Amino acid sequence: MTTYRVAGKGRVDTGQPVTFTFDGKRFEGCAGDTVASALLANGVHLMGRSFKYHRPRGPVTAGSEEPNALIGTRRGAGQFEPNTRATVQEIWDGLETTSQNKFPNLKFDIGAINDFAYMLFSAGFYYKTFMWPKNFWHKVYEPFIRKAAGLGVSPTEEDPDTYASRNLHCDVLIVGAGPTGLAAARAAAVGGVNVVLIDENVECGGTLLSKPNAEINGMPSWDWLAAELVSLRSLGVKIMTRTTAIGYYHQNMIGMVEKLTDHLSDLPKDTPRERMWHVRAKQVILAQGALEKPLVFHGNDRPGVMLAGSAQTYLNRYGVLVGKRPVIITSHDSAWDAAFDLADAGADVRAIVDTRETVDEELQSQARMRGIGMKLSHTVTATSGRLRVSSIRVNPIDDGKAGDGLIIPCDALLMSGGWTPSLHLFSHTKGSLTWNEDQTTFLPKDTPEDCTIAGASRGLWGIENVLIDGASAGVKVAMALGKESQTRQHKVTHDRIGSGVSQIELPTDKSSGKAKAFVDFQNDVTAKDLRLAVREGMRSIEHVKRYTTNGMATDQGKMSNINGLNIAADALNKPQPQVGLTTFRPPYTPTTFGAFAGYHRGDHFEITRKTQIDSWAQENGAVFEPVGQWRRARYFPKRGEDMDTAVGRECRTTRAHVGIFDASTLGKIEVVGPDAVEFMNRMYTNPWTKLAAGRCRYGLLLGDDGFIRDDGVIGRMSQDCFHVTTTTGGAARVMNMMEDYLQTEWPDLDVWLTSTTENWSTIALNGPKAAKLLAPLVDGVELTEDAFPHMSCAECTVAGMPARLFRVSFTGEIGFEINVPAPMGRKLWETLWQAGQEHGITAYGTETMHVLRAEKGYIIVGQDTDGTVTPYDAGMGWAVAKTKKDFVGMRGLMRPDLVASNRRHLVGLLTEDGTKLEEGAQIVFDPHQAIPMTMVGHVTSSYHSDAMGRPIALALVECGQNRMGETVYIPMPDRTIAAKITSTVFFDPSNSRVKIPSGEML
Amino acid sequence: MLLINCPYCEETLPEAEFVYAGEAHVLRAETPSELSDQDWAEFLFIRQNVKGVHFERWRHFHGCARFFNAARDTVSDKFLITYKAGEPRPNLTELAGDAT
Ligand SMILES: [Zn+2]
Repeated sequence: MTTYRVAGKGRVDTGQPVTFTFDGKRFEGCAGDTVASALLANGVHLMGRSFKYHRPRGPVTAGSEEPNALIGTRRGAGQFEPNTRATVQEIWDGLETTSQNKFPNLKFDIGAINDFAYMLFSAGFYYKTFMWPKNFWHKVYEPFIRKAAGLGVSPTEEDPDTYASRNLHCDVLIVGAGPTGLAAARAAAVGGVNVVLIDENVECGGTLLSKPNAEINGMPSWDWLAAELVSLRSLGVKIMTRTTAIGYYHQNMIGMVEKLTDHLSDLPKDTPRERMWHVRAKQVILAQGALEKPLVFHGNDRPGVMLAGSAQTYLNRYGVLVGKRPVIITSHDSAWDAAFDLADAGADVRAIVDTRETVDEELQSQARMRGIGMKLSHTVTATSGRLRVSSIRVNPIDDGKAGDGLIIPCDALLMSGGWTPSLHLFSHTKGSLTWNEDQTTFLPKDTPEDCTIAGASRGLWGIENVLIDGASAGVKVAMALGKESQTRQHKVTHDRIGSGVSQIELPTDKSSGKAKAFVDFQNDVTAKDLRLAVREGMRSIEHVKRYTTNGMATDQGKMSNINGLNIAADALNKPQPQVGLTTFRPPYTPTTFGAFAGYHRGDHFEITRKTQIDSWAQENGAVFEPVGQWRRARYFPKRGEDMDTAVGRECRTTRAHVGIFDASTLGKIEVVGPDAVEFMNRMYTNPWTKLAAGRCRYGLLLGDDGFIRDDGVIGRMSQDCFHVTTTTGGAARVMNMMEDYLQTEWPDLDVWLTSTTENWSTIALNGPKAAKLLAPLVDGVELTEDAFPHMSCAECTVAGMPARLFRVSFTGEIGFEINVPAPMGRKLWETLWQAGQEHGITAYGTETMHVLRAEKGYIIVGQDTDGTVTPYDAGMGWAVAKTKKDFVGMRGLMRPDLVASNRRHLVGLLTEDGTKLEEGAQIVFDPHQAIPMTMVGHVTSSYHSDAMGRPIALALVECGQNRMGETVYIPMPDRTIAAKITSTVFFDPSNSRVKIPSGEML
Repeated sequence: MLLINCPYCEETLPEAEFVYAGEAHVLRAETPSELSDQDWAEFLFIRQNVKGVHFERWRHFHGCARFFNAARDTVSDKFLITYKAGEPRPNLTELAGDAT
């Protein structure tokens, strides 16, 4: 059934058949085929539907720039990938492929009705069509857009494949292994530098693979290629195929994706599907070649209409005739060459239609020799055929206008509008471009990187020319690296260089409003859309692009950018450089998420920090919550308890007996040195000079702007050593801030800072029985109110372990924080847990910690403050030293807006009806005012308090401290809640409970 | 990804080891409380945001942990020089001469 395969042509292995399916139907191809070449060999051009109009489409190219033939590929569960270009996907036995954007099937598609609603979908339709009426949004427009948006279907199962990433350092990276890259690699490698040569294709050779007739230095091009690859390898050149340079980043860093298994029927064990390479090259040579430009005419998107150069590739590389009766439409010589190759392979070339009046006599005589009819100074004005082109309409051009049409039957239409240099990676380097009027295209100019662009990428045509240019690029980079090299002679025969003219839309006799002449095939943008965008006021190509979506699809405008620019420039009547070229951005071709993610997935996506006590919490049924990177026990439910019940019990037990809490995640910084106290004085708001060794103080850290940044209890272990604690989330930030001031503002201070967060396990014991529980285990300190009062610290042993013991309380109860060397944490926890049984001990988590501290009005930085709260706003003016010469934030606190009279203060809120408020809810003074209301603050913390038997809340309220007892209102969607402003301290305002009763026998 | 030379380690290393730390040579006064509101606001909030050579601070966070200064061209993203904290701002015209 392979009726379009040409015996003796191509590089595929016809002796090795490969079976795959397309939309459920079985097809046979050969080893070496792509999905597109195999389907074309079977006479199938229709491979997909377009995105917007669901028009039938076939492949227009033979490479990675393909806009139309996008398919889904599937290997097994989770191994589905949408938007694969059929023109690059190699076939293997068992490959399942499906077409896209079709319903119910590819040959009959209901969405194609969009095609008849063409007028609705013209330029800017995203902005215009869905504007009115407003209430259509939810019911009509949004569901429609959601259904229509996006190409292909996302996979729904987890991807079982693995993706790797690697680094590579080399002297020279050469992107593109066509004749330019090969010659460059040779010249550089001969000079003795280390060369990496990559190509996105299955094999090296580039254009040589499509030009077997050329002879290089007396050898047929394919023989020359094979010999050249052998000698490059022997020179030590690392050659990587199926490898795409996706982006060119700063200082010659190139991202490359190597596809390792997508072409294999049987997956090798332990091989990643793709590998992301981070390459740092001393010199880069870009040899990406050029892309052929489509012509813009009515019906240029019909299956069977294809680039002439691509048809030549299908013939010479894959041994496939894309049509047996093709017609050529061109404005460039290169398509004539393609016509001759197809004719010589047995195709009945019906005509060469050329828009030019005069064409090289040599080409004309070759056409005559083959009996091919020529129509110079002619245009194509229409194509017909339901799912594939069956005829075209050809008209003479007279004075720029199309005359009477003539129908020519055909089964393929091969077009060429000339060639566009590939400048994608060059543009990633911030390389500047210059407009070349002769070639009607942009050419590369300067780049800030150590980068050389060579061959067709810089507008040179013909194999001989690019071989010479590639070789001199190789010599140039070798010399830049301090090596000597020489170019070799390159003599190429049967090298058809050719020239052409650039076209905007082809002349037509069809009314321009009705012509569907596509510029961007993937996004269904027509020449009419571009002209409409200009009429509607778009002046820059960046605006035209966004208004029409020209060049915004997954092919990044590889085919459409220059045609789009030429048409926009024509409509604006301005030269192209004044209209501008849109920016090329990475990645060069669509790249899988897997390649970017690499190893960073699942458990390796982000680290989870666990304390030494985490395992105990896990074994004892804790429910966890993430706090920064830490995993912390939130509460410890007993059988049948929900969170509220568990937290209520934990609170109650702690206030009645004793609770144990894992505080190991608290940030800890050791501040040591002769100037430690001076450093503390400058960093924190509080005075530190008079704090005696063995005492602690609550420390408040501001930014120089005067706002609260962090807080924590700080113990002076000795004259020159402070044990600083920070919030869990703020530890790294505080350390960075301290280092910043120490290194850059006060380098004269003799102080050392050490992060000790992970050196200590920290266990908090709180409750009336905390001292009673702990005392028998402690050696070196007597746990009485007199010997070890609230806010004391000491080095001692606890249960035989060396410890730093703090008498502090974040609950309002008698409290201790015991720091032991981290690995001993779980042992100490179990010892305390055991000893606590007779005291009715409970373990509690972060939720109970939050409730207990809120009952006492202790703030959580970052919850009750938001980076705009001063110590005075928070009611903590007492923590600010009054007599220091300076501290971080002191000057900031004097800023006019920080001493203004309308600041928001932290206050307590008690709802009148006992409702628990929502954290973040906005507060107003007058609930009856007109909407939008004036908001005067928000709720920062809200809990049910077991101790108070009611909900409590903390809030920032404008002038709140002057409004004690007043009522404020919290408007919610269903009702407005009234609440009274109170002190932030709800429980035990006299702090009587932190004292160890003097009569208590220990 | 940039390559950055740490003037303390005297090695050129990938950007991933470093963190940016804002404009350089923004001096904090010895006694800020003596500054006017205007001068203090300038110190806190006003930055150059230059297009061209920018003096800025970096920290070799995952290395020696030192803060240092750099002159970087914000157009080309090229580092002209890096130097230790506390050293004077290098002469711009000399740098431009070196760069060409
Ligand atoms: Zn360093």
